[in-house]
Amino acid sequence: MSSIEQQAKGKKDGEIRYLTPLNIETNKKNKYCMFQKSGIKYVDYKDPDFLFRFINEQGKLLPRRLTGTSLKYQRKVAVAVKRARHLALMPYVADLLK
Amino acid sequence: MNHYETVFILNPVLSDTQIKETVKKYEDFLVSKGAKMVSKEDWGLKKLAYPIQNKKSGFYHLFEYAVAGEVINPLEVEFRREERFMRYLTVKLDKHAVSWAERRRVKLKEKA
Repeated sequence: MSSIEQQAKGKKDGEIRYLTPLNIETNKKNKYCMFQKSGIKYVDYKDPDFLFRFINEQGKLLPRRLTGTSLKYQRKVAVAVKRARHLALMPYVADLLK
Repeated sequence: MNHYETVFILNPVLSDTQIKETVKKYEDFLVSKGAKMVSKEDWGLKKLAYPIQNKKSGFYHLFEYAVAGEVINPLEVEFRREERFMRYLTVKLDKHAVSWAERRRVKLKEKA
């Protein structure tokens, strides 16, 4: 059995040893539903700039697990995006939107 | 009486007078059926996100009104017959939507 110091001294070339734990940020940022947080009750389909946050660069709806939206508002977002697409305010299919 | 909102896209090849005439026609239609117009908006000529009938832009108009539900069907039949329309969408507004629309109008007024 060798102590830590001995191990550190006797290290071979190219071998990396850390005596202090690396400062890796493990706390993930908590996601939240922006509708519940800011008290928005209605998702407006007439505002495409706002709805662009909920679609990816191909114009597809982003899943809830990425945006953090609650189920109740995710449904409303989906309806609003579909209405905006019908009125040609948003594209059905796109490429390199962002 | 329910609150409704209609957005329609008019053909971009129309002249100003033709647009006014068409908008007036449907406003009159609604009023004659006992609708109470809450607001009218003209968004002007906007670029479409994708071509419709090989056109890349259109005149957007928005009506907000309160009317009995039976009027919506004949109105949409008229919309479908109208060749100047490229798209339309009628949505029933719930109480949250109505309050949102009011706030939106105030915001637009402040901007103007």
